[in-house]
Amino acid sequence: MLWGVGIIALLVLTAVGCQWLAPLDPIQQTLADRLLAPSFHHFMGTDQYGRDVFSRLLYGSRISLAVGLVAVSIYIFIGTFVGAVAGYYGGIVDALLMRLVDILLCIPTFFLILMVIAFIGPSIMNVMIIIGLTSWTDVARLVRGEVLSLKEREFVQAAKVIGMKDVRIIMKHILPNAMGPILVVATLGIGGAILTESSLSFLGLGVQPPTPSWGNMLQEGKDHLTDAWWLVTFPGLAIFITVLGYNLLGEGLRDLLDPRLRGSGRRG
Amino acid sequence: MMIPLLLGISLLSFVIMQLAPGDPATLGIAMNTKIDPTYLEKLRQSYGLNDPLMVQYWHWLKRICTLDFGTCFGDNRPVLMVIGERLPATFLLSGLSLFLLFVLAVPLGVAAAYYQNSWLDRLVSIFTFVGYSMPSYWLALILMLLFGVELNLLPISGMMSTEADYLPWYQKIGDLLSHLLLPLFVTTFGGLASVSLYARTSMLEVIRQDYIRTARAKGLSETQVIFKHALRNALIPIATLVGLSLPGLIGGSFIIETLFAWPGMGQLGLEAVFTHDYPLLMGIGVITAFLTLTGNLLADLAYAWLDPRIRFD
Repeated sequence: MLWGVGIIALLVLTAVGCQWLAPLDPIQQTLADRLLAPSFHHFMGTDQYGRDVFSRLLYGSRISLAVGLVAVSIYIFIGTFVGAVAGYYGGIVDALLMRLVDILLCIPTFFLILMVIAFIGPSIMNVMIIIGLTSWTDVARLVRGEVLSLKEREFVQAAKVIGMKDVRIIMKHILPNAMGPILVVATLGIGGAILTESSLSFLGLGVQPPTPSWGNMLQEGKDHLTDAWWLVTFPGLAIFITVLGYNLLGEGLRDLLDPRLRGSGRRG
Repeated sequence: MMIPLLLGISLLSFVIMQLAPGDPATLGIAMNTKIDPTYLEKLRQSYGLNDPLMVQYWHWLKRICTLDFGTCFGDNRPVLMVIGERLPATFLLSGLSLFLLFVLAVPLGVAAAYYQNSWLDRLVSIFTFVGYSMPSYWLALILMLLFGVELNLLPISGMMSTEADYLPWYQKIGDLLSHLLLPLFVTTFGGLASVSLYARTSMLEVIRQDYIRTARAKGLSETQVIFKHALRNALIPIATLVGLSLPGLIGGSFIIETLFAWPGMGQLGLEAVFTHDYPLLMGIGVITAFLTLTGNLLADLAYAWLDPRIRFD
């Protein structure tokens, strides 16, 4: 978990400070320096337009950070809303909303995202919004489960008896108690959203060049697989380490918040 | 239960299609700038594009029920035929990968749970984190770089070599396997992490139940306790995972099949996305959803078989 915090702190620092950290302009093309191998001057090499890979990598962290945060905020909001309404009111509302979730679960999310992006056009805004609008199903199921068990508890019953409004009960008494699991899912979700964005950019359906993102750097590097190994190695490594950071943090949080699975299992 | 779900899915895919800019009539003739507007109108009429949306949906649905998905924009062949050609390759890759996934991941997860906090458990959990965090297409690129380009050991694209037609059958199978190896490794690796983690958690929960303690107390051997009492109960939630992992597997196949030029449905789907081939996209969406639903149904049946407490009535 400490590793996770460290990695994410590094990512945030890079994203904020990349104009000072980057040795060269990430978009400036220097055709004379194209496809240079890593050296002291360009220590992750240069790409087919002579741009410094290390500088582009630093600027790419902004995209990853932004996409992760915005997309996950959108879907945590939708998922929490749907889950809370379904779990709290039950009955026909619950049945309808859960069928909607079942339907969405049957279509591969990535395919859904691909189709929609292909139709409305690729851009970083669209990518963030579409990931947010399509990935809320797990959160909704989780929150619904939490709400179902919380609403039977005495403090919720008491709140009802004193005549509190439903909205207030959900916002003040139920959701704060379900915050732990939501936080875990959100942290793990940021990693997932970064992976999805990079896949889309890799297919040319995400962040558009010349803006550097790790996914579109890989896409451009793929054509030079045989003569420039550094173009596909470093951006991929950056994605891997970043996502690993979020996953480590998420799992760490889960261990903190859910002590049930700790301890020895061998001789119960 | 399956019918309303399918209806919902068809409605959803229909709605998504309405997001598309332009309509099939204008797209089909986009190359021809000197088109007569009255002809365009006639074309719209004949496609039924001037009808209200609900009517269009109803017509489309009626055709879908008879498995008529229309024809592709690209080469005007029936969508079902085009998809049918690609299904065997996808089934081969995804089916094998699903099989390997569970054959490898379940023992791994169960062993990690049994020897919790041992070096094996730690190894499995490191492996899980790596698998979770690695972009699958990047793994594919690195493997292509390593085995295809540097070592020149394995072919990195297609399903068969060009000269495969002239080989005897046993060399043909060898050829197919060598093409299969890298894509199969990549598709399996990504899922391995989540399934083994799931198996570990499920086993951990079972292993501290009272009936396991009872089984041990009455003097059953450790093998019997683990395989007869614990494993069977731990497998129950895993059975549902088979159905649930299908959409992910198919979703991942879009990138992986395209990278390895594997002639399956995923590659076809991505082509359809880029060429805006709506009938083909709709067909792939509906068929994928149908496959997933079938997978879920099979998982439910397995559920009932593993857990006699569950009965469908």
